[in-house]
Amino acid sequence: MTPLRHTWQVTLRYLRALFRQPAWIGITLVQPMIWLLLFGALFKSIARIPGFHGGSYIEFLTPGLIVMLAISSAGWSGMAYIEDMNLGVMDRFLVSPIWRGALNAGSVTQQIIIIALQSLIVAGLSLTVGGRFPNGVGGVAILIGVATLLGASFASLSNALALVVRQRESLIGAVTSVTLPLTFLSTAFMQQTLVPHWIRVIARFNPVNWAVQAGRSAATQHTDWNLVATRTACLLALLLTSAWLATRSFRAYQRSI
Amino acid sequence: MTQAIIAHELVKTYPGEVRALDGLSLSADSGMIFALAGPNGAGKSTTFKILTTLSRPDTGSARVAGIDVLRQPERVRQAIGVVGQKTGATPEATGSENLVMQGEIYGLSGRALRQRVNQLLDRFDLREAADRPTKTFSGGMRRRLDVALGLVHRPQVLFLDEPTTGLDPDARASLWLEIERLAGDGAMTILLTTHYLDEADRLADHLAIVDRGRIVTQGPPETLKRELRGDAIQLELEAAPSDGRVTAALLALPGLSEILADGRIVRARAEHGASAIPGLLGALEREGFAVSSVTLARPSLDDVYLRHTGHLYTKHDERE
Repeated sequence: MTPLRHTWQVTLRYLRALFRQPAWIGITLVQPMIWLLLFGALFKSIARIPGFHGGSYIEFLTPGLIVMLAISSAGWSGMAYIEDMNLGVMDRFLVSPIWRGALNAGSVTQQIIIIALQSLIVAGLSLTVGGRFPNGVGGVAILIGVATLLGASFASLSNALALVVRQRESLIGAVTSVTLPLTFLSTAFMQQTLVPHWIRVIARFNPVNWAVQAGRSAATQHTDWNLVATRTACLLALLLTSAWLATRSFRAYQRSI
Repeated sequence: MTQAIIAHELVKTYPGEVRALDGLSLSADSGMIFALAGPNGAGKSTTFKILTTLSRPDTGSARVAGIDVLRQPERVRQAIGVVGQKTGATPEATGSENLVMQGEIYGLSGRALRQRVNQLLDRFDLREAADRPTKTFSGGMRRRLDVALGLVHRPQVLFLDEPTTGLDPDARASLWLEIERLAGDGAMTILLTTHYLDEADRLADHLAIVDRGRIVTQGPPETLKRELRGDAIQLELEAAPSDGRVTAALLALPGLSEILADGRIVRARAEHGASAIPGLLGALEREGFAVSSVTLARPSLDDVYLRHTGHLYTKHDERE
């Protein structure tokens, strides 16, 4: 019970901080619209490339965009840690009997809530501009599920990194140099058969691509349940490893102060 | 009397830096206010971090509230309250929300927690601010909230890291009163670190001066001051005496030392300045010197600090 209570308190603390910033709420709501409309228009003609199958580009793009938004939101999770270190909150937690795992789990739970909200916005928006989800609510739920799994891993890794580097600049550098390349080394915006061979090879080991493939397959027609299951299992393993690493990193932080 | 805090031969070296702690030992009886004073980099923050389980020493051992800090940090954390140098409150959360979360962390909940939070809000004069985000608080209010946060779970030992740094004189004085009140009933031991010797003088039952990772002197502030060679007496004569006559007259008196005549000014030290003055005035009168003024200065902690560290406790040392 105690770990759950502690986790909830940490989650509540982060959510409070976010929802009391109107600017943040506005940006979170508007950003998905910009991406969907921008990418939808920019890459519209991809659907006419010979060999592209899977209906309209909006339908193809939506799962990719949901995954991209998930990691670009969760990747910044560690910034809140650095803020907490500067405020003195982190030290106050570490001299209290709070369960160390809760400090990561609470931050990750907050990210999961944000990702779920953002994904719902994208899915809803996609429907209004012509997207379809042949597998209905279940398919969308799996799509959002894998996106949050991946987001939770990214948030944990970002938190772990924050504890080690302890500097905003270093974290910003690391996050920007990881999230965008990983997104474009996946099939988020382009069908697998249409990307160069070397990208296809890398994508196989890219967690972002695992989430994109599983989410897209679950949300669209002709679902490959085997693919969904294996990719989800890989994402779950990644999450457990990252969460363990994030919790371990408190030791590194405490050694350095 | 039992010891609430014991540190034994703590050594800590940070990578690429000098030794932060070089065999520091201390012990604080339960119920007392123990002050650690010294300039930045002297080692008081490192000691604070080790005793509060935030950091670990390279060698040495420590016990807080009877519990081994290195072997059972989790149990120590439950027994202590910590108020760090930085605020530690969540700026977007209100005063009450901060207190409730702190209580939940320490296992309080429901009605007991609500009661405790109300009690602390009243006690620290935060009632009106209870539902305002703490980022709108003044420096003094925020510091009071920090102390309240450290007390939610009724700790046996309270650690305060430079509690009044950055506060205006009013807020500082009211926090001093609060700290005295906390220690008043003797139920809680308080360890505080400070830059300010006047703060240590005012609050501490026991003062330890830290320099270069070691404790250079310690004891009750009064004792430390008494150990100095005594009070400084300064006399001003109506007319400058001829050479050596004053010194000769005063040398005959017992208990005076460091007699120095310079024009109309005569300086001397006495073990107990106040009781030396009548004899001194009498002796001067017999010799025909008219005295126009006398000043007596008790030794200050600055003198103690100077004597034991060999350098002045200046503003220069107070930089962050």
